[in-house]
Amino acid sequence: MEHAPVAIQGLSYTFGNNQPPALDNLSAVIRPGAVTGLVGPDGAGKTTLIRLMAGLFLPGGGTLNIFGLDTRTETTRLHRIIGYMPQKFGLYEDLSVMQNLRLYADLQGVTGAARQQVFQRLLSFTGLAPFQNRLAGRLSGGMKQKLGLACALIRKPRLLLLDEPSVGVDPVSRRELWRMVQELVNEEMAVIWSTAYLDEAEQCDEVLLLNEGKLMFAGPPRELTQRVTGRCFQIRNIAGNRRRVLANALQREEVQDGIIQGANVRIVLRVDRSQPDLAALSAGPEARLVPVAPRFEDAFVDILGGGPGGISVLAASMSQIEDYGQITVEAQGLTKRFGDFTAAQDITFAIRRGEIFGLLGPNGAGKSTTFKMMCGLLRPSAGIGKVVGLDLQKAPGQARSRLGYMAQKFSLYGDLSARQNLEFFSGVYGLAGARQKEIVGRMIDIFNLTPHLKVAAKELPLGFKQRLALSCAVMHEPAVLFLDEPTSGVDPLTRREFWTHINGLVERGVTVMVTTHFMDEAEYCDRIGLIYRGQMIATGTPDELKGRTESDRLPDPTLEDAFIELLHQWDDKTREAA
Amino acid sequence: MFSRIRALIVKELLAILRDKKSRFVLIVPPLIQLFVFSFAATQEAKNQTLAVLNLDEGKPALTLEQNFAAAATFSKVLHLRGAAEVKPVIDEQQAIAVLWIPEDFSRNIEHGRPAEVGFILDGRKTNTAGIVQGYAQRIVNNYQASLAAGGQSTGAQLVVRNWFNPNLDFKWYTVPSLVCILTTLISLLVTSLSVAREREMGTFDQLLVSPLHPLEILVGKAVPALIIAMIEGTFMVLAAVFLMRVPLNGSLPLLYASMAVFLLAIIGVGLFISSLSMTQQQAILGAFVFMVPAIILSGFASPIENMPPWLQTITLGNPLRYFMTIVRGIFLKDIGAVLVWRQTWPMAIIAAVTLSTATWLFKKRME
Repeated sequence: MEHAPVAIQGLSYTFGNNQPPALDNLSAVIRPGAVTGLVGPDGAGKTTLIRLMAGLFLPGGGTLNIFGLDTRTETTRLHRIIGYMPQKFGLYEDLSVMQNLRLYADLQGVTGAARQQVFQRLLSFTGLAPFQNRLAGRLSGGMKQKLGLACALIRKPRLLLLDEPSVGVDPVSRRELWRMVQELVNEEMAVIWSTAYLDEAEQCDEVLLLNEGKLMFAGPPRELTQRVTGRCFQIRNIAGNRRRVLANALQREEVQDGIIQGANVRIVLRVDRSQPDLAALSAGPEARLVPVAPRFEDAFVDILGGGPGGISVLAASMSQIEDYGQITVEAQGLTKRFGDFTAAQDITFAIRRGEIFGLLGPNGAGKSTTFKMMCGLLRPSAGIGKVVGLDLQKAPGQARSRLGYMAQKFSLYGDLSARQNLEFFSGVYGLAGARQKEIVGRMIDIFNLTPHLKVAAKELPLGFKQRLALSCAVMHEPAVLFLDEPTSGVDPLTRREFWTHINGLVERGVTVMVTTHFMDEAEYCDRIGLIYRGQMIATGTPDELKGRTESDRLPDPTLEDAFIELLHQWDDKTREAA
Repeated sequence: MFSRIRALIVKELLAILRDKKSRFVLIVPPLIQLFVFSFAATQEAKNQTLAVLNLDEGKPALTLEQNFAAAATFSKVLHLRGAAEVKPVIDEQQAIAVLWIPEDFSRNIEHGRPAEVGFILDGRKTNTAGIVQGYAQRIVNNYQASLAAGGQSTGAQLVVRNWFNPNLDFKWYTVPSLVCILTTLISLLVTSLSVAREREMGTFDQLLVSPLHPLEILVGKAVPALIIAMIEGTFMVLAAVFLMRVPLNGSLPLLYASMAVFLLAIIGVGLFISSLSMTQQQAILGAFVFMVPAIILSGFASPIENMPPWLQTITLGNPLRYFMTIVRGIFLKDIGAVLVWRQTWPMAIIAAVTLSTATWLFKKRME
């Protein structure tokens, strides 16, 4: 009998004695000729499982066979048939593309005539042929991933393990990478693609859905998605405030999950419940409930028992932000040059009070540079960045005291306890004495941090880390909140909770500026600015951007489609001009 | 402003003390260095083997030989039988030196003629050989003196007395220097790692977007390092006095006051390294690039007076040089405020320079 690429039987794995199991009694079979998505939020056990498959960890319990080889005993033979691309692939940044390839070919014993053929094939396959002599450190995020993939493919593996290849990669490169992997798959070969993006899961042939070390689902994604068929709706033509409509909807018993999609609100109903009364949601007279196709994420939230409610206790505890005038964040001709290179050129925009503004753009396009100039981390070469009317360069302290900042990996002090983090951040924002005590206490109550107060922040569960980071960012009641990819890698429930708070804060008059690669997050924005090649190439509401790219080829573009299309249009236009 | 800086200082101390690795760095290496420096890095020559080739049968030769054998330096004496054995004994490192008494030695002494003895040293062990040579010279001098006393002529006699360290106990010299070296190490590591660690963890941006002024951040980084290094210095002083039994003759307040100025100068260097390095690895490398020459040029191992003039000029910019003098002075001599001040003001100038350069670089790097 032909062996399955991967056969998992009762697999368990634990780091250290007092830790909860990283993988808990997993059983699954992965079939050849398919891309199997290993899906789940950070900390679900994806990387652990991949490392077990690569024979880098040995199973704590149960068995794991790769093409019939036991990973415990036949590691050497195993290594000959797998290709493994870890999250941070070990590219040597000071070697060129070609030198990296040669190095990995040497390491894997691919020599002689075969070698040149392999290089030719891989270079043309990845489209890296024109960049052979470029240093790996100078490649963009997407190109690095392609090179990593090429290095993992040198020896035509039978099982290709890709650990989060799309993290930090912009939608354009993500699509290319995905297409390349699709081309690779054949009856001889199985591919495992791990990802925290649930929308990627939908494209996989098969999916293993992990959450907290447990296998929640195995099979084709459609199968899982079916469980919410007929329960997904969009509330369209909302007249009033869509954030309030969402909050109201989420408070209803019959609604189990909801998010914002541009101008619309998407909801998922509980099983066998009637549709909510739109009037009760204060959605306006024109509002309609339109059935939409279910998504993988809806089903995932469904398995987890539905999303959180719509009321933010955090926002409720905050006072209304005083009125600093209509425009709270303003960029006037922001330009940043690093030597000869212009990272951002003449970027101008204004964000109104209580608006969520998203900055989108491919890697290295100038998005982070712009973001950093706006929160005072970088000094612009020209132009002015203003927050609540204060110039970030002229009155940095004053301006900064009015802004809150939360970065991707929740920059908390890992060794400090939750309480010490709260005390520190409130302290640097000038809170002291009784007022500080009161606010720290309030944050602890709101986020139920009491049981975790003494735990070092790095030991906190992911969800609590996120809550702690958010409370540290808003304790001083900032007028403007800067969010840098705030929910990348977190599970959908935590993300929903996070956006509930953000929506609530916006209702209080807080202005939000967010950067993201995550289209789901971008849908929450009131307006989006698309940055490409150092320039702001488009601004508009998510729906406007989608509308701008509507065509016969793309009758109903997603935000990601719109994103890619707008970049293409820009490239065409500049080529014509040249 | 003070509440902001206080929050920063409390955080910094907590971050260091709650992290197992930092705690380890603060406690274990200093202990190891204390013991290694005090016991192993000794410059005394003890437990040495002396080979003797005595070709003379006379009494004076025997007395000289006995004088050598009785010296504390030589725990073992090898007797050689012929000149042919001299070379192998040194080659095979069986003895540090050979005392070669020629056959006419006693005869010359008795006739009042100049008498010569040979003393062959293993030059590969330069340091020990030098010390042993000194001992040998002294033994010969004493011998001469005893001859003179017993005989008619009374030659001038050299009476040596070592002030401040009468027994030339090497520990008295090394251990106080450690107060200087270890506080340097600790303050340098704490400051140079702190910003780099925050950069690596991504918390640094979080600090920069807060209303903290860059200067406040620097103060918040400098003060905890000062506190920790002062505590560490206190431990070293205690260890020196109670564990190693080194006398502390001078004034503690003077020691602490000058220590604070000294540490500020070092912290300035640490912060400078800190703002240059993106990772902790770079920071550690940077710290050692400074640390090693600074110790060598401090006069700890070799006297500054022995260095070429241009190098001596460079040592003027080395804060360790001044503090080394102060520490030894206060421990062994009870030097007064005037002498301490003479060594302190150059450190104050160095501190002003390093701290302001660090501030300038720190601000510049933020752009």
